[in-house]
Amino acid sequence: MNTNTPSKLEKILAAGHLAVTSECGPPRGSDGEFVTKKAKMIKDHVDAINVTDNQTSVTRLCSLAACIHLKLMGVEPVLQMVTRDRNRIALQSDILGAASFDIYNILCLSGDHQIFGDNPHGQNVFDLDSINLVQTVRFMRDEAKFLGGEDIQRPPKMFVGAAANPFADPFEIRVRRLAKKIAAGAEFIQTQCVYNVEKFESWMKMARDRGLHEKTYILAGVTPLKSAGMARYMKNRVPGMDVPDGIVKRMSGVPKEKQPEEGIKICVETIQRLREVEGVRGFHIMAIEWEEKVPEIVERSGLYPRPEVV
Amino acid sequence: MIVAKQKPIEEIIEGVRDYEKILIAGCNECVTVCEAGGKKEVGILASALRMYFMNQGKNMKIDEVTLERQCDHEYLEELRKIIDRYDVVISLACGAGVQFMAEKYFRTRVLPGVDTCFMGVTEERGVWSERCQGCGKCILGETAGICPISRCAKRILNGPCGGSTKGKCEIDKELDCAWQLIIDRLNELGRLDDYEKIIPIKDWSTERAGGPRRVVREDLRL
Repeated sequence: MNTNTPSKLEKILAAGHLAVTSECGPPRGSDGEFVTKKAKMIKDHVDAINVTDNQTSVTRLCSLAACIHLKLMGVEPVLQMVTRDRNRIALQSDILGAASFDIYNILCLSGDHQIFGDNPHGQNVFDLDSINLVQTVRFMRDEAKFLGGEDIQRPPKMFVGAAANPFADPFEIRVRRLAKKIAAGAEFIQTQCVYNVEKFESWMKMARDRGLHEKTYILAGVTPLKSAGMARYMKNRVPGMDVPDGIVKRMSGVPKEKQPEEGIKICVETIQRLREVEGVRGFHIMAIEWEEKVPEIVERSGLYPRPEVV
Repeated sequence: MIVAKQKPIEEIIEGVRDYEKILIAGCNECVTVCEAGGKKEVGILASALRMYFMNQGKNMKIDEVTLERQCDHEYLEELRKIIDRYDVVISLACGAGVQFMAEKYFRTRVLPGVDTCFMGVTEERGVWSERCQGCGKCILGETAGICPISRCAKRILNGPCGGSTKGKCEIDKELDCAWQLIIDRLNELGRLDDYEKIIPIKDWSTERAGGPRRVVREDLRL
């Protein structure tokens, strides 16, 4: 088993297990228990929990502090970090801060534009982009150096991830973009939520044709739909989201009170189908404000119990 | 060119209402082309102000002048003989022209009459759009001639981000996604493989981040 970091997520993947991650959005306030409560619900059913970084540009408790809360309760966090709000000084500094708490996973993102959030009149930074951030963390870890060239005492040991969206435009560069993130140093990939399974499979095939599935661990993203309304919203309003008509129809074809169960069923079926796809190495379950359903999804998908690694 | 747009007339009136002798100074360069601060706009603003203050029963002296450029000593000097006749100058030049005028005529109040917006092009009559942010180190050779710094809302050097939808940017359905344009053009040029070259972390010290900039050409200095 060949690993580069002490990350539990990396060990599970390297051992050949299907990994399961989930995510937890921090509160719009300073109540740390908000995070730990959510984490308690799901911690025995997942290998690591992503903490989002001011998602949709709405100001929240910071991702790093929330990750520390998780770490202190014995849960493995994945620090999500966007390049929208911090320059390279702050990014490197926060990476060291996370490393000082032995946070071993990071997901590098650019972040939504601030126009969508609660401070649309603010400045954005974008000193780096997500690919540059992947390069930065790898450089800090592998070369034990700051971007400025000086040595780092006790460099960060982080398993470095990036996001991929198999459904976004333009489609012709989807796999090229994945290749670019891998070339930059992304060791794991968490994808946008998959509803269009056929399209995801064809993306995976193109990735396999280039051998990319052997150069990174790809975790397929899934999000259970709570209602037909949510399905329509995701289909029509969320950029880069591909919800086929069949899914919307299936959700609206059952009575409202049965829709949550139908959403869970679709999610479980998606996982069961995708786990057979060569190159899918795990799942990232994003149950948006519905964390309590994660254990059930994991169990019904046959992904429980989670493996123990040393 | 530098693209500017006229300030609201109310704001201009507020700025000059306590004065009596006003000079409106246009510029014959960029702001003329983008129809914000040339001779024509000087005339229109002067008429509007005259009419407004006449209706207020206030006797104002409002004169007009349009210089070849306001970003060169040579042309700004043309005002030296007359500048003391005025309480205030409304400059319709870009921010560079307004400042150069204020530097030169230190004792005269100079107010901006336009909002300077960006460096850009005339897309069609009445429509201007941004093309350059003057970052000081051009990468257009690597991005198929389309600038992600000025044309991507996140100035992402290795795009597109997840917000690109049907060729448009997530922040505005009217706005082209710069990375879609780059990819289309790379395709057209038969150079899509170039897309996979990672653009390294940018040195922003030649941009605004490095502080106010100068270009010095020793061979040209007198």
